[in-house]
Amino acid sequence: MSPILFDLLLRSLWETVLMTLASGIISLVAGLPLGLALVMTGKGGISENLWVNRVLGAVVNGFRSVPFIILLVALIPVTRVIVGSSIGTWAAIVPLSIAATPYYARIAEVSLRDVDRGLIEAVRSMGGNRWTIVREVLLPEALPGIVAGFTVTLVTLIGASAMAGAIGAGGLGDLAIRYGYQRFETSVMIAVVVVLIVLVCAIQWIGDRLVDRLDHR
Amino acid sequence: MTMTASAETRAAPTDADIRPVSGVAQAAETPVVWLDGVFRHFGETAALDGISLSVRKGEVLGIIGRSGAGKSTLIRCLNGLERPDRGTIEIEGRDITGLSEAELQPLRRRIGMIFQHFNLLSAKTVAENVMLPLKIEGMPRAQRRVRAAELLDLVGLSSKADAYPSALSGGQKQRVGIARALAARPALLLSDEATSALDPETTASILSLLKDINTRLGLTILLITHEMEVVRGVADRVAVIDAGKIVEDGPVWSVFSDPKAATTKSLLGAIRPGLPPAIAADLAARGEQVLSVDLVGPEASTLLPALSIALGAPVRLVHGGIDHIQGQSVGRFFITLAPGASLPQAIAFLTRHGAHVETTGHVADPV
Repeated sequence: MSPILFDLLLRSLWETVLMTLASGIISLVAGLPLGLALVMTGKGGISENLWVNRVLGAVVNGFRSVPFIILLVALIPVTRVIVGSSIGTWAAIVPLSIAATPYYARIAEVSLRDVDRGLIEAVRSMGGNRWTIVREVLLPEALPGIVAGFTVTLVTLIGASAMAGAIGAGGLGDLAIRYGYQRFETSVMIAVVVVLIVLVCAIQWIGDRLVDRLDHR
Repeated sequence: MTMTASAETRAAPTDADIRPVSGVAQAAETPVVWLDGVFRHFGETAALDGISLSVRKGEVLGIIGRSGAGKSTLIRCLNGLERPDRGTIEIEGRDITGLSEAELQPLRRRIGMIFQHFNLLSAKTVAENVMLPLKIEGMPRAQRRVRAAELLDLVGLSSKADAYPSALSGGQKQRVGIARALAARPALLLSDEATSALDPETTASILSLLKDINTRLGLTILLITHEMEVVRGVADRVAVIDAGKIVEDGPVWSVFSDPKAATTKSLLGAIRPGLPPAIAADLAARGEQVLSVDLVGPEASTLLPALSIALGAPVRLVHGGIDHIQGQSVGRFFITLAPGASLPQAIAFLTRHGAHVETTGHVADPV
């Protein structure tokens, strides 16, 4: 592989890491409250409100059912307003975040819903209000699942970011398509796949170690 | 509430003798818990069907019933986790049925609760679990630490303060649950099947801890259970609940020695000796008459020898024995008389000494 291609590989890796981390953090910050809201307003939840729950559920399902490549293009006007441009790495972060937020919200919802109802009842019996329940029970007890779910979301985002090449965002997926596939440069394809495998393994390894440390069940 | 009434109807020592040691009654005092005509329906089924009940300060009341009898609903009504359809529930003289969720929160800090599955927070250490009610109450951190250390000492788990609950045994977890329930110095402790997930030995140690807390702190305890052993081990008074109604209510020794309701009899079956069917069949085949004799009081141990002397003929003890509940000797015997001894004379003698007598087998004139 030529030094130029190697530089290109490094730059693409950086673009992928940037897209994945930035949209991952945004989806964590937005998706966790959304997941919490889904659990709290759901049937038997601590702020049960089935009407709000149905609306939230429908919005989440709506975004999740649109194929990412369509969302990428459909969101171009929104991206232009937020980032000021509809092409490039930063422009890809907007649709990636918007796709990953409802995805992560559902994962967080499952972890939060898994928290033993007896624990909520125990804190209610101590005179705790619903924010005490969120702060002392739901979030700490679901934390291992919340972290594990974030790991899954990051890995999914690495895959989705390959499509972001369609709006000129670059990244490893884009490199593989343009050099490895369209120009038949098998060595580039192999190099990209190896880098992706290492990246995914690293994220998973860090996530698993973190979950081990947090899980006292 | 019904203690005096039921004592009158039972052949037993006088009212003055039967005061529970730890529950000294003071007529003028407001009951810690007072329920009047409480109903709660789930669809067609009545979980609570007109419950009236009162618990005095310092008393340990056991509420026993089969699963589905309504005991969980009842205990959850007392701290407002469940709301009754109608009726009055007063805690320390204050009606709680009309309170909003926000108004219930300070009230719940006056009521500790322990659970069958302990309900300890797995992400918090033992000490953090015990400190949580104090954190909710707004106590400063340094004071919380001190109070948690005191409580862990009380339940004998000081060495586990920084362990996580997953590292503890079931009995240790329940001790932490008790420490947590006592942290905010409650006026009432509710126990929701707290020993049902524990083995018999651990159950006994948890019950003696509860009894100890009751005696030392004068804490009022209301426990629900489906096991008579639990009531026997710790309660002063027992209320039997069946299909949402209280079918029997009285001092433990009294209910155990002379159960009235069918539910009580069947719940007592396991620990109250009955005549083994094989022996009953054998005696019936030989045409022997068996007397079942129930007696509470010091005379329980001398009754049978005295009967022998009165009849001038030996009495055969087939089955039974003397149990000791709340300091009372509770005797239950199955006896047969020697051939030729007078059955009416024996029954008259036993009844005169305060025993409750029933005959089985071939009896011309049942009592």
